[in-house]
Amino acid sequence: MEAAVEFSGEQTTENNVRRDLLRPLTGASGQYLTAVVLCSAVVIWALVAWGYQIHYGIGVAGINRPVFWGFYIINFVFWIGISHAGTLISAILRLTDAGWRKPVTRAAEAITVFCLMIGGMFPLIHLGRVWLFYWLIPYPNDRLLWPNFRSPLVWDMTAIFTYMTGSVLFLYLPLIPDLAMMAKRSQGVRGFLYRKLSLGWTGSDRQWHAMERAMKLMAGMILAVAVSVHSVVAFDFSMSVAPMWHSTIFAPYFVAGAIFSGIAALVLVMAALRHFLHLQHYLRPLHFDNLGKLLLLMSLIWMYFTFAEHLTVWYGNNPAEINVFNVREHGVFASALWCMVTCNFIIPFILLGVRKLRTITTICLASVSVLVGMWLERFLIVVPTLSHPPLASGWGAYTPTWVEWSITAGTFAAMALLYLLFVKAFPIIAIWEYEDDH
Amino acid sequence: MSMDLVQIETDSSRSDETNIPQWGMAIDLDRCSGCEACVIACHAENNIPLSDETAASEGRTNHWLRIDRYYEGEFPDIKVKFRPVMCQQCDDAPCEPVCPVYATYQNEEGLNVQVYNRCVGTRYCANNCPYTVRFFNWYDPVWPEDLNLQLNPDVSVRPGGVMEKCTFCVQRIQRGKREASADGNDIADGDIQPACVQSCPAEAMVFGDLTDKNSKVSQWSQSGRSEQLLDELGTKPRVFYLEKGD
Repeated sequence: MEAAVEFSGEQTTENNVRRDLLRPLTGASGQYLTAVVLCSAVVIWALVAWGYQIHYGIGVAGINRPVFWGFYIINFVFWIGISHAGTLISAILRLTDAGWRKPVTRAAEAITVFCLMIGGMFPLIHLGRVWLFYWLIPYPNDRLLWPNFRSPLVWDMTAIFTYMTGSVLFLYLPLIPDLAMMAKRSQGVRGFLYRKLSLGWTGSDRQWHAMERAMKLMAGMILAVAVSVHSVVAFDFSMSVAPMWHSTIFAPYFVAGAIFSGIAALVLVMAALRHFLHLQHYLRPLHFDNLGKLLLLMSLIWMYFTFAEHLTVWYGNNPAEINVFNVREHGVFASALWCMVTCNFIIPFILLGVRKLRTITTICLASVSVLVGMWLERFLIVVPTLSHPPLASGWGAYTPTWVEWSITAGTFAAMALLYLLFVKAFPIIAIWEYEDDH
Repeated sequence: MSMDLVQIETDSSRSDETNIPQWGMAIDLDRCSGCEACVIACHAENNIPLSDETAASEGRTNHWLRIDRYYEGEFPDIKVKFRPVMCQQCDDAPCEPVCPVYATYQNEEGLNVQVYNRCVGTRYCANNCPYTVRFFNWYDPVWPEDLNLQLNPDVSVRPGGVMEKCTFCVQRIQRGKREASADGNDIADGDIQPACVQSCPAEAMVFGDLTDKNSKVSQWSQSGRSEQLLDELGTKPRVFYLEKGD
């Protein structure tokens, strides 16, 4: 096995690859431990807040009549959106056989799994009676009760379970060769765990062939599933008769927004990995530059959808819709709206569109801006519509409480925590991809 | 001739014992003085918790029936119009298909019923109600001392985390049907009255069977003054508002 990988002039041998990529798995710096403790503390605080809400009733959140959905649904859409980072990007790069995908795919697939775990919690957190959530599941029961398959929420649950299953497999399959390799190098509990998880992988031709076919198949399927998932999330809104929700453009608009925010999240995770795990040799400026261009493309697509949506509503001048439009455009939500446009379009357009400005730092800045903007976008979809129902007597306002803020903060901490634990347990870049032309 | 045939058919179907009444309501806005007696009666009948200042400031008041006020002109030369708004019991109700657990559905008498035990509290129905007449129990309900002893035994007290709304006083409809069947009679028009209808001092509200062409509600709903709220949405409400054209 004299396989070598070329890195623009320098040669990295297999041993170097293993050394570099397995280094993060052993030991733990003070910095790492501090981060884990801090994130855990925030997550625990969020769980306390959730427990408080379950005990006293969902009234401890700021949602009210008519704003029956608030931060929880905004966060739900946000996290499910980011989950598209992974699988979609990694599936596209795998299917197109893009050579530069090697160090990107696993980091992206892990984002997907964690974001789905987090995003998938929100429909539960927001339930009035969370202890009965399983009534949405079509399980056999002696009362012969079924969920209502006409409800977009049931579609939603089905889509998210499917996506979750698919993306866990999509993350796990290409992890197997690395697990087998690590099983040989580790002892004790860790070795046992890796051995069990590697499912008897020996690296025979037959196994490689099977995995290759499985990955091709999974990549194709996961693309379809990912598109369907965010379409269904969009259907939660567009199937209603609420003004500015009932829009045919929502499904593709949401999918585009999801990929947009997903790329932004991927860029930030990659930058963090590059910096903290010293992976400068692997996550190179080229990767950031390519993702930066993708981000720019998605920014343009997002702006196009946003413009089309707003122009249509404004020109149509339907009384119920124009009320919501006005309150977004000139009313209390105007600052959020223009902030969203700045974050999602103006800043990325300048930072990524001007080639001279496009560096790893500015791509990261643009990504932060996009994440803020896309969170605001979901806020602007959920709240103005609900606070301005067709009959003016029902109009209201929404102020989130500490419970909603805590749980929201907790999800960001949970994302960081899951990632911190993941990089300690598994190599974040697929080692076998560098080792041979399998 | 053909008209007579239709008439005979309708009459025979009326006398058929399997005929199912279709409940509806008509409200004459020109009679409504906005006194809110109906709102009080509704609260008392249906065990609706009292909405205090805190609830109001949080946007969480609960009135299954509310009086919307519409102002015309500038102060002091102002004209106020009142419109009692409750669940419109839509035939094509937007709240129904979106519920993931069938906690709300159209029953055979045309009532849009809410099954409290089945509700898990997604609140999707309330978002999709264009009339904003669905109310969520943010907490378990509480009543001031002594008032908790006067709850209507015919009406469930709803726990925290479930949706509720106007039922057209379904408990009174059930009682009316029970009493009529015990006496071996048909339900006569006006036998069944929801609390709001019964308490209206101006007799601005009528309730009854829309399939009975002679019922007051049928006649009122056929009046030239009759209209439905937000009927452009196609929800086919069962509540008819009578108002003279301007």
